[in-house]
Amino acid sequence: MSRVIALIWKDLLIEARSRQFIGAMLAFTLIVIVTLNFAFDLIREGREMNGAGALWVAILFSGLIGIGRSIAVERDRGTLDGLILTPIDGGTLFLGKFGASLASIIVVEIVALPVFAALYDLPALDPLVLGIVLAGSAGLAGLGTLFSAVTSGGRSREVLLPLLLFPLMIPVLIAAVRATGEVFQGDRDDILRWINLLIGFDAIFIVLAYLGFGFLIED
Amino acid sequence: MIVEMHGVSKRYGRQAALRSVDFQADGGSVVALLGANGAGKTTLLRILATLTQPNRGSYRAFGVNAWEHRQEVRARLGYVGHRPFVYPELTCLENLIFYGRMFGLERPEDAGAAALENVGLAERADRPAASLSRGLLQRLDLARATLHAPALLVLDEPDTGLDSPGRQLLRSIMRQHAANGGLAVFTSHALEFAIDTSDRIVTLAGGEVVDDRASAAATIATLETTISRAAPVEASA
Repeated sequence: MSRVIALIWKDLLIEARSRQFIGAMLAFTLIVIVTLNFAFDLIREGREMNGAGALWVAILFSGLIGIGRSIAVERDRGTLDGLILTPIDGGTLFLGKFGASLASIIVVEIVALPVFAALYDLPALDPLVLGIVLAGSAGLAGLGTLFSAVTSGGRSREVLLPLLLFPLMIPVLIAAVRATGEVFQGDRDDILRWINLLIGFDAIFIVLAYLGFGFLIED
Repeated sequence: MIVEMHGVSKRYGRQAALRSVDFQADGGSVVALLGANGAGKTTLLRILATLTQPNRGSYRAFGVNAWEHRQEVRARLGYVGHRPFVYPELTCLENLIFYGRMFGLERPEDAGAAALENVGLAERADRPAASLSRGLLQRLDLARATLHAPALLVLDEPDTGLDSPGRQLLRSIMRQHAANGGLAVFTSHALEFAIDTSDRIVTLAGGEVVDDRASAAATIATLETTISRAAPVEASA
């Protein structure tokens, strides 16, 4: 566990000093939230589901900015070999990278959610929404970290990552949007079904990524 | 034997990088691998370091199958590659503390400070690695590779970018490592440095070992002749 914490600490310290990704992620998130706020008619019925969709589009695309570079930066600098040569297994390395990616997404969400709540007049700071956002972000970070390892060695990795990631993210996204929308609507009858689906896919993706990560980054 | 290779071959697509290489070395020695560009030196070092899996042959390190037990082997080896494995945003000491934690050292701060002292970077401990020159970065990478007191040191052209005091420091680190019972294997294009530093010189050409002799029996002229005679690696069907 201390090695996972060391990996997360290292990535966050580097990000805090270089400000390579979180600034861009935050700017992108706010632009999407503000733009879609103007696009939607906020008085019309159905704005709860539209709002939930807008929130997850912002989280998904901004998350890609950071996650996509998570392994690629290590490979470009040559430090990936340094990490591989430490006596840690692929699963530990995955957890470290996953933790750092998730932390970056959460930092962006801490700023973006109050802005979203104010602009859309929706209860985005409801504890249940925060839990759904955390679970959906974990699925995004888990699957994104796995596929960033797959694509990091390729020339067209920026194109390849969304192509691989989006289709598999669909179950997580649908569950996250529907669960968030139902909280916004104040209708919590079916919410458990969507939350269970979300957590179920999170668990499958994170366990598979944990088990397969080592094979993907080794020669 | 710390490392034992028998019939090790490695191909990249149709290109043969190593062809049936036998190589053994025990602790208490420094071995230099020489050869022209493309001779297979880096591939051999990467296999020794468990960074690359051979296509054929057996490689045992510390008495175990190196690839199957690579995490155990990695805990006991230090590797310096063409590029330093350090993070420019972190200070010199932070880099070593990070790697110390990854290697499970009990006191990574103390180990990091001692490693920096060994390579003459103690005064730069709190400076970002980005502020170091190429030669000083190479010293920091040496500190990182030796931080966990590995028994096997694998160094790919570690003298690159080093000035004369830096090369002297590198030589003393490798000699001290051998004196402590460890094995150091390094590549270099500086023949004089290789002769002065090593106990044994192995020359590669076309992915094969073409010469293996004690350093005491080597001269710059004989090594130059051996290396220049070597044919480049050719694609084979």
